[in-house]
Formats: sequence, structure tokens, C-alpha cells
Amino acid sequence: MKGSWIQRWFGRGWLSLGYCFLYLPIVVLVVFSFNESRQDMVWSGFSLRWYSELVKDSEILSGFGLSLRIAVLTACSSVLLGTFVAFVLDRYRRFPGRTLFSGMASAPLVMPEVIIGLSLLLMLVSVQKVFGFPERGLTTIWIGHTLLGMAYAAVVVQSRLQEMSKSLEEAAMDLGCKPFQVFFLVTLPNIKQALASAWLLTFTLSLDDVVLSAFLSGPGSSTMPLVIFSRARLGLDPRVNAVATITILVVSIGVIVSSIYLARAERLRQKQIAAAFKGDAD
Amino acid sequence: MLKFLTDLLTLRWLTGRRFVIAVPFVWLVFAFLIPFLIVARISFSEVDAGNPFGTLLTYADGIVNIKVKIANYLFIWGDELYVLTYLSSLKYAAITTLCCLVIGYPFAYFMARARASLRPVLLMMVMMPFWTSFLLRIYAWKGILANHGIANHVLMALGVIQEPLHLMNTPFSLVIGMVYAYLPFMILPLYANLSKMDMRFLEAAADLGATPMQAFWRITVPLSKSGIIAGAMLVFIPAVGEYVIPELLGGPETLMIGRVLWDEFFTNNDWPMASSVTVVVILLILVPMAILNKYQAEQREGGHK
Repeated sequence: MKGSWIQRWFGRGWLSLGYCFLYLPIVVLVVFSFNESRQDMVWSGFSLRWYSELVKDSEILSGFGLSLRIAVLTACSSVLLGTFVAFVLDRYRRFPGRTLFSGMASAPLVMPEVIIGLSLLLMLVSVQKVFGFPERGLTTIWIGHTLLGMAYAAVVVQSRLQEMSKSLEEAAMDLGCKPFQVFFLVTLPNIKQALASAWLLTFTLSLDDVVLSAFLSGPGSSTMPLVIFSRARLGLDPRVNAVATITILVVSIGVIVSSIYLARAERLRQKQIAAAFKGDAD
Repeated sequence: MLKFLTDLLTLRWLTGRRFVIAVPFVWLVFAFLIPFLIVARISFSEVDAGNPFGTLLTYADGIVNIKVKIANYLFIWGDELYVLTYLSSLKYAAITTLCCLVIGYPFAYFMARARASLRPVLLMMVMMPFWTSFLLRIYAWKGILANHGIANHVLMALGVIQEPLHLMNTPFSLVIGMVYAYLPFMILPLYANLSKMDMRFLEAAADLGATPMQAFWRITVPLSKSGIIAGAMLVFIPAVGEYVIPELLGGPETLMIGRVLWDEFFTNNDWPMASSVTVVVILLILVPMAILNKYQAEQREGGHK
């Protein structure tokens, strides 16, 4: 069905405006990170001075180190647990407590973070009172981020599992594979891309989180977003623009490179499948 | 129950399937469910310098005493500021949801009706901002809306206004930030729904003489109901408890419950009070949560019909 001329142009206009809205802040951050002026939003000439000031900013740098460590840990644990969750939700239709399970698995996606942060902290404090650990810091932040990251990872992995044809697994089973062999030899290669994008997503999620980190961090464990947030509350800080530009750059390179890589892997896989079927026919 | 226990003790339960279910289940119970129960329990206890949890159960002379303190809840109910804050959180969440729907529905609609080859790109472009820091994107709005910010510069250069408008720290800047942050959560479920729609219904409507407008209102919109509700809930629920956006973009008059909770916890150090505020927020979003679950399930099944 083709819409009329007016409808088409209205559609294009609406989409363009929408994308402008979504990308405006990102463009602003990047452009003004090269601004000379201390007074933020007046353009006074190109300069890299905020980048050089950033390198000297030990608070942000040490926060970044901590954030990076937490993000790597979070991404790994979230993908692992998220894959379990996705697998359970997609394959095990019936077991006692399924409703509770799926509710708990998806609730962190919408539950306001202040609530998750507060409740998790109160529990960790009670655990600490009894067992003497975990001390508030890297471990507790990691636990909180994993709770959130797992829910996102589960969504990504589950959507891939749903698309995946079950006949491959059934064939492997018929050929005598044990369930765990089926998983490692058939299922895992099939959901590889989803795992990779879930890893990247939870990594950036953790690198960015403010609220959970604020509740779960202890003295001396300020992650980078916490440092940025406390400055942003006070006003505008051009060094923050520089941080933003660097993270935007790194993340977009990461996303582009990985999507090219994943697209190539996918094409290769399709080709192999096609070749295998062809071989069969001969 | 008894069988369950004996199985548990003899490790007979440890099949591969059980293991796969048990690992995330146990983790979720400990990291998600138990924390809420602890919050609920603390919300009934008193502030006590030595013991932030208060004592709920005491045992003396062979008598178990249960002390439940509902003063926190009575205080919330009786205090005008708390009630106003809850109402205003609901109000801003509702405004945000409505704006997201008005902007997001046509957006998702045109995306779903775009050329098939273009659709993955359009979808990717909606997802891309997710990869950039949420905090930094919200922070950027401060620079755009400030008195000497970009919006005012542009408007003055265009001659629309003579004096800079006061945009920052107003309900306006709060709503802009919230709509901006939550718009993708509206677009994505709507797109999923609209792109699955069976176009034959529209053809049938056209054959039966419906104008495109009539077909849209009487077929497309009702068919996308589950998408609309899922999207609206995905925006509304987290918006009620939002903290970062009101803190960075909201003003003193924009009361949001997330901020009150935060202050109660970090500034006043009143853990029982913060817990009670939390419990009330959870009660407020339970109904939307149930609606969301229902329509998300519908949305998933809807695709295979």
C-alpha cells in the first residue's frame, strides 16, 4: 500500500525531526568539547584544552579505572546469568514458580532504580552485619549492576533464542548428542552474536549507571558517573564534554566494528549452512 | 512439599534442567525478592542510632513480642508534602507518557511503513543513543536549555525572542528531559507491534470504502492496542521513580518522589522513613506493572497469530 505524496513527506519529516531530537544532545556534547571558552555554550573557537585538562583530572581518571573494572565484571556475569534466564524462559515452559521467575527476571527493567538501589543496599548491609562482608565498594556495585544487566542481557539473548530454529538442536539430539553437548556445539554458536551484543550492552550500562552505584558505593569508591553526576549537579563543566566525546567515540567505534564483524560472521555461517545443505543433496 | 525437601537433601534435584533454572532463580530471590522483604520490614521499625533496622521481634520471659510501627505510614499519609510529591510524580510520569505516545506513535508507524531495506537502519538509529551514556545525554540538555544556552542563542539569533527565556529548572525542562530519555522505550514496542501487523486488514478496509484516516483509527490503532499499552507502561513505571533527570533538569517546584526518597536516605539518614516511602512507591506501581505483564504477554503471542 503506497500512501499519498503528502503522507510520505509527512512521514519523512516526522522521522527526521524525531531523529534530530534523539541526536541533538549527542551532537552538542561533541561540538562543545572542542570549544575554547570556559563559558560553556558560547562558541569562541576550536581548542583541545579540555582534553588536556581532563588528562590531569585525577578524580575522573581513577573513577574511570574503577568503572572499567566493574563494567567488565558486570558484563561477564550479566551475560552468563542472562543466558540462563533467557534459556529458562524460552525452553522451559512449565516449572513451579515460573510466573514468579519471569516476573523477577524482567522487573529490574522497569523498576525505578532508586528502589532497587535502596532495597539492595539494605539487604547487603544486613548481610554485612552477620557475615562481615561484603564491604561497600567494587563488589557491592558489581552485584547491583549485575542484577540490572542480567535483565537486559536476558531480553537480548531471548529474542535470538526465539528466532533460532529448534530443528538444529533436535537433529543433534537425534544424532546422539548429550544435552550439554547440544548446548555447546549447536545452541551456543547460534546465539554467539546475541551474547556479544548483550556483553557490549551490559558493559555500557554498567559504565553509565549513577543511581545504583551511588547507593552501593562506599567511601573512596566513586565510579566515573558518580564523579560526573556530582559535578553536573553543580553546573556545567567543560571537561565533562570531553569525557562524553571520548566515550561516544570509543563506544561508536566498538559498536561499528563489532557489528561489521558480527555481520561477516553471520554471512559466513549462512554460507556454511547453505554449503552443508548442498553437500547433503549431492 | 515433603518430597521437595527430601529431593533437596539427596541432591536428586540436580539435573541439568534444574541446575539451569536454579542458578538464576536463587540469585534473583537473593538479589531482588529478599531485599524488598527487608525494605518492607524496615519500613515498620523505628529509627535507632545503634541499630538502623530497629527491633521488630523481641523475646522476653517466654513471650514473643512483635512490635509493628506504622507511624511512618501515618506520617506519609498525614503530611501534605509527601502526598503532593506522590501526586506530582504521577502527574509528570503521565505527562511524559502522553508526550512520548504523541511523538512516538507516528514515529513507530512511519518506521514500520518505511521501505523494508531501510527499516533495520532506522531501528538501529533509535537504538544507537542507548549506547551513549544516559547521564551525559541528560547533562547535555543543561547546556541546551540554560539561560545562556544553545536554545536561547538560536531563538534570539532568529529574532523570535529578545530576552533569554528561563527554561532550565522548570517543569518544562524536566518534561523535555524525561520525554527525551524515555521516547525509545515507547518507540520500540510500538514498532515491534506495528511492523507485525497484517496489512490485508487495511486492504480489506480500503476495499470496503474506508478512507485512509478511517482505516487508521478503526483498524491500525485498535490492533496496536497491546503495543500502545506496553509502551506506555514501559515509560510510566520508571518515570514515576526517576531520580537523575529531576535532579539535573528539574527545579525546586518540580517535586518527584525519587528525589524525596534519596534525600530521606542520604541527607536525613532516616532508613525506616525511606523504606516506607519506597513501599508506597512500589504499591503505586504494582497495578501498572500487572497491566504491563498482561500486555507484554499479549504482544509476544500477537506476533504468531
